[in-house]
Amino acid sequence: MRQLWGYALILIGSLFDLFGCIGLVRLPDLYNRLQASTKCVTMGTCLILLGTLVLIGFTPAAGKIILCLIFVLITAPTAAHALARASHFSGISLWEGSVCDLLKEDREQ
Amino acid sequence: MRKTILFFLAVIVWVLLAWPFSPQGGNWQSMVVGLGVSLVVALIFGELFTESAHKFLGFQRYFWAIYYLPVLFYACLVANLDVAYRVLHPRLPIRPGIVKVKTRLKSKSGRTALANSITLTPGTMSVEVTDDGFLYIHWINVQSRDIEETTRLIVERFERILERIFE
Amino acid sequence: MITFIFAILVVCSFLCLFRISRGPTPADRTVAMDILGIVIVAFCALSTVLTHQDYYINIALAWALLNFIGTLALAKFLEGRGFDE
Repeated sequence: MRQLWGYALILIGSLFDLFGCIGLVRLPDLYNRLQASTKCVTMGTCLILLGTLVLIGFTPAAGKIILCLIFVLITAPTAAHALARASHFSGISLWEGSVCDLLKEDREQ
Repeated sequence: MRKTILFFLAVIVWVLLAWPFSPQGGNWQSMVVGLGVSLVVALIFGELFTESAHKFLGFQRYFWAIYYLPVLFYACLVANLDVAYRVLHPRLPIRPGIVKVKTRLKSKSGRTALANSITLTPGTMSVEVTDDGFLYIHWINVQSRDIEETTRLIVERFERILERIFE
Repeated sequence: MITFIFAILVVCSFLCLFRISRGPTPADRTVAMDILGIVIVAFCALSTVLTHQDYYINIALAWALLNFIGTLALAKFLEGRGFDE
């Protein structure tokens, strides 16, 4: 039973990883790519780590897995925020089909 | 005060990393080294740690943090299914844009948590946080340009809980 | 089962490598490298399941730390500011 739950979590996580990476290739501009891939890959990797935790049980490695999970969950959105901010400052514009860019308008005032 | 809290956090991280307990007695040398290293770290970096150490003592904050986790997990799950739908659809149904929202949170850690939560939830990603409480959000499916409307749609559900944790 | 999941993650890594090789701007390449780092953390966790060896988790932990710091450094570099701001 525990094996089944662990493998199910790992399978769902890897499918989310796959969706994130397909988004990285298919979406048209940097911000959309960053958005889709960060969300999906963070969640997918957290689910894979959870599944590993369920599979190996309560051993000395379990503490490290919990630490790794918390760390990925905190740092991945922070890195995405830093990258989006840096690329907007360095002048990379949005996709031509975008609706509005209030940050650019506010900065030009 | 700050140094004490940092000391306890460092000990917890050390225990998770080294796991000095075992059924046949445990490894007490490892625990002694961990306590010593945590003490040195707390003495050196205690001043840099946090601005408001007294908030660590309010126990209802931990209760609300535990309540926050399932809310965030559900939002994450919806976000992933949403991204999967948009990515696998042959015509890519996206209307991206950057909108502006306002937050009531004052503390830096609260704003950081809010920005990270926004990045993990459906269709939104924080791009810039200003000092006077405005967040610029990249939204993959823009429904409105108005500040009040976007604040109600994006920020409201997390702000209620984060206010109780961090303020 | 575990081989199938490894195959999915290898496909993910190749999609990231495609974006690194093809990305029109340096920022796109940085994004793809960040995502590749997180996928490698997942690889290390899966290696633990496959081989029953604990030490892959240490690699995952160190890789997550270094990936975060490297991405922050590249972001600062893209923004065109000094590293100590």
